[in-house]
Amino acid sequence: MDEPPISRGFRSKRQDQGPTNRIPPGQYVTTDFPVLSAGPTPQSRPGDWTLELQLNGSRLGKWTWAEFQALPQTTIKTDIHCVTKWSKLDTTWQGVTFDDLLAAAAVKEPPAPYIMAHSDGGYTTNVPVADLVGGKGMIATLYDGAPIPPPHGGPARLLVPHLYFWKSAKWARRLRFMEEDEKGFWESFGYHNHGDPWKEQRYDGD
Amino acid sequence: MTAIEPQAIPARRLEWRRAKARQVITETPRVKSLLLDVAGWPGHLPGQHVDVRLTGEDGYQAQRSYSIASPAEDTLVALTVERVKNGEVSPYLVDEIRMDDQFELRGPIGGYFVWTVAMGGPLCLIAAGSGIAPLMAMLRHRERQSADVPSVLLYSARSLEDAIYREELDAMAHRNPALRVVGALTRRQAEGWTGYRRRVDRSMLADTCFPPDRAPRIFVCGPTPFVEDVSSFLIELGHDASMIKTERFGPTGEPA
Repeated sequence: MDEPPISRGFRSKRQDQGPTNRIPPGQYVTTDFPVLSAGPTPQSRPGDWTLELQLNGSRLGKWTWAEFQALPQTTIKTDIHCVTKWSKLDTTWQGVTFDDLLAAAAVKEPPAPYIMAHSDGGYTTNVPVADLVGGKGMIATLYDGAPIPPPHGGPARLLVPHLYFWKSAKWARRLRFMEEDEKGFWESFGYHNHGDPWKEQRYDGD
Repeated sequence: MTAIEPQAIPARRLEWRRAKARQVITETPRVKSLLLDVAGWPGHLPGQHVDVRLTGEDGYQAQRSYSIASPAEDTLVALTVERVKNGEVSPYLVDEIRMDDQFELRGPIGGYFVWTVAMGGPLCLIAAGSGIAPLMAMLRHRERQSADVPSVLLYSARSLEDAIYREELDAMAHRNPALRVVGALTRRQAEGWTGYRRRVDRSMLADTCFPPDRAPRIFVCGPTPFVEDVSSFLIELGHDASMIKTERFGPTGEPA
């Protein structure tokens, strides 16, 4: 479309939205924490939880809840952006960075360029390794200093805050290295393969 | 580099399209349906949604997502919008949009929370409030296909006045004995109301939804606490999690 039609009398109701250079195009700031999930919330208890790192069907590393808690913990404060248009500023998460997971598995260099994250309930999402290393991604277990509530992905979720939040897979259980990129759950339903909010990569072709 | 890079096939972009309001229907005091003529609309599946973009006189733009309430068989695209308190886009759509007004829209979006007659049944639809919109697209599609897929809709609203599509749903169920429409009014019940007088709970779901051994396809849509409760009850009743598709809206803790 060339010129968008003007909606007479429509104007911003935004007040105190914080610095605009932190809000990607098409997003609005919310102080709520909306829940978007394709199915029921899995009820996974930390006692049953394990996290596994895989390559070509073989195990690079596996951690129980207690073992995971003993890994180096990192706290970050970051903005998050959901493809359904809301952004939430200054959220605080604690967990283990992807870098520290690789180190704990004695993996010096990532053995393949892509990761598929697998979750309880069957959810998947694909993320380039380049978007996880260098402190850019973590497996988080605390939100705002407390265990992540199950509707928000607890006991543990992937956190890749510089991409739209569907990439931050809730209920994460397995990270699988892939030589070739494959589409995850929403990616196969027409959502963008990469999902950079600053490029407004919401859907295929954006 | 001498190797020839394979040419990436560009995905078909979801273009912004011009939508023109052809009819505005007052559904309840807080809810209206906008029937839109969308230039070049490619069609959709029942349950999919669209992004709406409004542009102000100063160029300010805002986007929100809305479910499509119309079946793919209709030429106009219907959005059913509830006025969100302190909202930015929904009050404009509900209170300001008149016949022939235009705004932008793109879609259809999504492909998981969808049902077509070809997917079969039985079909169990569970909604609260304006969460009925995408489920209505499924029921309207079902009717337009003259399908007799065994189906039930359990619809929770605060009061009869807050129940959207009430007359159309009653007429649909009257015309088709394979469809059952069950209402639950949570706050105020009119005299003579014969439906449920409480929030949706486990025993209500056991009584209205098809039993797990019939493997119904279940769609739940409503505010987050409603969907969390209903989907947990359904799991407790023995339904397979993979048969339960959900759409949630609103904040985590808002009462349903």
